[in-house]
Formats: sequence, C-alpha cells, structure tokens
Amino acid sequence: MEGFGVSLAFWILTGVTLVAALGVLASRNLLHAVLFLILLFVGMAGYFVLLSADFLAMAQVIIYVGAIAVLVLFAVLLTPRAGRNNGETRMFLPALLLCGTLLAIILFVITDTNWAVADESPSVTAADLGEALLSRWVLPFELASVLLTVALVGSIMLVRSREEEAEDAV
Amino acid sequence: MHPFLITDNWYDLRDLGNLSGRLLELLDDALPFGLVYVLAALIGFAASFLIFVLPSQLIVGVYGERKLIGRIQSRYGPNRVGPFGLLQPVADAIKLMQKEALTPKTADRALMYLAPIVFVAPCVLLFAVIPFGPNMVFADIPVAILYFLAVSSIPVLTTFMAGWSHNNKYSLFGAMRVVAMTISYELPLVLGMLGVVLFTGTLALQGTVLWQKELDIWLVFLQPIAFAIFFISASAELNRTPTDIAEAESEIVAGYLTEYSGMKWGLFYGMDIGYAIAAAAFGVTVFLGGWTLFGLEKWVPPWIIFIGKTHLFYFLFIWTRGTLPRLRIDQLMTFAWKFMLPIALLNLALVATERMFWIEQEADDSIVYAFAIINIIAAAAAVYGWSRALGYRPEETPLRPRLVSEAGGFVPLESGGEGAT
Repeated sequence: MEGFGVSLAFWILTGVTLVAALGVLASRNLLHAVLFLILLFVGMAGYFVLLSADFLAMAQVIIYVGAIAVLVLFAVLLTPRAGRNNGETRMFLPALLLCGTLLAIILFVITDTNWAVADESPSVTAADLGEALLSRWVLPFELASVLLTVALVGSIMLVRSREEEAEDAV
Repeated sequence: MHPFLITDNWYDLRDLGNLSGRLLELLDDALPFGLVYVLAALIGFAASFLIFVLPSQLIVGVYGERKLIGRIQSRYGPNRVGPFGLLQPVADAIKLMQKEALTPKTADRALMYLAPIVFVAPCVLLFAVIPFGPNMVFADIPVAILYFLAVSSIPVLTTFMAGWSHNNKYSLFGAMRVVAMTISYELPLVLGMLGVVLFTGTLALQGTVLWQKELDIWLVFLQPIAFAIFFISASAELNRTPTDIAEAESEIVAGYLTEYSGMKWGLFYGMDIGYAIAAAAFGVTVFLGGWTLFGLEKWVPPWIIFIGKTHLFYFLFIWTRGTLPRLRIDQLMTFAWKFMLPIALLNLALVATERMFWIEQEADDSIVYAFAIINIIAAAAAVYGWSRALGYRPEETPLRPRLVSEAGGFVPLESGGEGAT
C-alpha cells in the first residue's frame, strides 16, 4: 500500500503507539498501564493492516485485545495491593537493566540484518496461512496445541482445593 | 435482459452503491485533492441516517422495543408524546441531554469520561463490513467475519473501564461479570462461526451472502446449532435482558452503569441498541441470506430486504427479552461451558466431515440439501441427548403449576423421580 493516506496513517499510528508505550511506562496506576497496553496492541494491529496483513491484524485484535488484555485486567484486579502507587518498587534498577539489554539486542539485530526488500507486496490470505499451518508447519502447530492443553490442565490442577480432590477421590 | 432487473446504472436506486460510487467519482474529478473524503463522510452520514439509523435505532430500537414489550406484558407502552407515542425517543433524548451528568468525587474522572466515547466508536465501525446490497458495502475486506468478532470485543473493555472508573463496588461487580461472561461466551460463538466458515470457505461477508445466493439455501438450515449458539452468545454479550447479569437491577443496582447519568448513560443505552442491531445485521448476513430473498432481490431493492430482515431479527431479541426470565450468573456460566461448548465442538466435527465428503467425492452442489436435513436432525438429537446427559429433563405433561425450584431448570437424573409427577 502506498500513497498519502497510508503515510498519514502510518505517522498517526506511530504517534499513538509511542504515546501508549510511554503511558505504560509512566502511568503510576497499574490499571491505567494495562489500558495503555491495550491501546498499544490496537496500534500494532494498525501496523499489520498497513502491511496488508489483514488476517494478522484481526487475530491481533481478537487475541491480544479481546482475550489477553482481559486476562491481564483480571490478573491485575486479583493482585493484592494492585492499587498502590506503582512508582515505588525495588525492581526498578533490574528492570531498567533488562530492558536496556533487550533494546540493545533488538537494535543490533535490526541494523545488522540484511533485509530482503521485495518489489511488490506479497498477498497472503487467511487460506494460505491455514494451509501452511496444516501442511508444512503441522508439527509446531500440533506441539503448540499440546502445550496449551498441558497449560490448561496444569492450571486447573494448581487451583483445585483439597476438598475438591477429596470429593473426586470418593 | 429483463427490463426491470437491477442494473449497474447510477440512476438505479435499487442499489444505492451505484449512485454513491458515481457521485464520488464525479466529485473526485471536480474537487481539489482529499476534499472528496470529507464530502463522502458527510453524504454517507446523511444517507445512512435517513435510511438506516433513524428507522432502526429510534423507531425499531427504542420505540418499537418499548411498545412491543409493553404489549407482551399487557400494557400500552409509550403512547403520550406525538402520534402513537412515536416522538417518545426524541423526548427521551432531549431529557437526557438536559440532565446533569454527575461524577462521583472518588471516581477516576478521565476513564469515566472516556468510556462512553470509546463505547460508541466500535459500534459505528461494525457496520463498515456489513453488505446492504451487491455494491452497498463500505469495506468488502476478505476477513470481514474476523473483523466483526475483533471489533465487537472492544466494547467489553470499555464496559470494564466504565465499571472500574466509578470506584463503586456494584459497578465493579458488573464490570467483572461482563468480562467473565464474555470470555465464556466468545468461545462457543467463535466455534460456531468456524462451522459456518468451514462450509462457505470464505471469511468475507459479501462472499458468505453470495455463497448462500448461489446454492439457494440459507446457512441457518445448514448450521442450526451455530445459529442458536450465535443468537444466545450475542444475546449474552450484548447484555440483553434474559442474560443481562452485568446490569441486573435486582442484584447489583445497574452494574457498570450505576454512576452514570445524563447523556453519558444515554450513550451507553443508545449504543446497546446499536450493538444489538449490528449483531442482528451480522446474523442476518451470515445465517439468513443477507440481502437475498430467493430471487426477490432482483426486483425489490436489496437494502430494503436487508433492513427488513435485520429488524425481524431484532424482534427475536425483543421477544426473548419480553418473555424469558433472567438467569443467574452461575447458570449462565454453566450453560456456556457445559452445554454450548461441547455442542459447538460436535457441530464443528460434523461440518468438517461433511465438507471433506463434499470435496473428496466431488459431489454435486445440491448435496447441501441433504446436509441441511442431516444437520437439523443432528442438532435436535445433540441438544436433546446432551441435555438429558447433563440431567436437564423436559416436563412433558405438567399436571399442575409448580415453583421453579420444584420443577427445576436443573434436576439431576438420579433424584428425578420426585420432580416428574
């Protein structure tokens, strides 16, 4: 996609995404941070649309905004002292160190990689993705589903109370 | 060619897409760069308001719903303002705008202010992909069904914002209920839609309509389980009354709307109807043939067929709202996880088998009629069998009136002897 509208959309999206990212860092209220994170996810979906990856954009919104963000909200609400001032924490320095290292690595990879530039944008439809997932990449796909099932069963096992187990044993 | 069939000419008002496309082309030539987008927005707003928003939102959505529910409950409904009370929505809107929008001292002001605004935007966005006619679709994107599901998951976050921002425990209860319910009901909904997508082989809404038009069958006959699941899940996610545990007045005041007043509340109320109409339009497009009506769309403007169908679908929402009692939250959750999810999975397996058979045997297209019969029977059998397996028992010959706790929405089979007589 090219043209004035697309460039404008790109810069608006960049602005929104950067503001949201800064908001996640700067907001003292944990719930505000989560909401900024959701805005960030929506901005990322916008980038996918600009890259002509419709399916990815929609999947991004459904999975990240619709499911993961909601789970994060739940987690924040169930966290004791979630409403405290988020600025005072002992993890500040280690977190800064970790993020700085990560940023350095990513920047290094970005500048170091020899990016292949295609002349025309490839058109990948949802059907193509599905076929690729179920033919060439079927093993990782199935592994991921097994992993998810294990996680599901594991989480149920973790939260079961002793009384429930005693009931089932009878 | 027949003289009365719909053509692509711009003066053929039976498909407004032709006219608007032509108009925009002309304007684009005549006007300086970019101005046409502004004009298109204005023209589109005026036109859609006249032919869709006004009749749907105000007359069917607000007035029709109150009037019909009034009739169902043996009362008159609004009948004072204007002829037959038709101006009641207008009077309500004026009242709401004059009302003071209070903000509690301890509330999160920014979020509370933002929530109604963010609630409105996705509703408008939803209609972008709905095809009103052969050429009357704003964005015929190839992933329209996913787009609809994605955008309709945003208002959940907004209701959460609203509920949390009040700093009021009833609001927070409502918000948590919305979120929990949406997680539960999104799953069977998506699984049901997956069955539809497997059959049509396309994620585009216009493609779904054309598929149904070509095979002369509506997907509701091919996918009765998916249709029922869609209706129930949409009803639950929209907080319509039989499932409106998020704003259950008798339990938690008004849920996430407790502290809202004036036009902020009005936006939530109006857009609840807007979302219901959007869900109705989506259901009509996917399951009921969209703008087609077995050949009649060649004569009657397709957009009139579509709007009429949408309003009839919306009537189903009104009907269930007027007649069914509200469910408790645990009943609703149990229903989603233990009843709808297994049935949706069963439906998916059935569809996959049929679709595979269709492709492998290179069967004729008329095989869909056989599939329709099989699926309707399978749907009835699955619903009956699974509810019996779970312990729900239909009461075939009630001899005397009894309390709900006695007859039971849920009667375990082993203790069933007492409840049945």
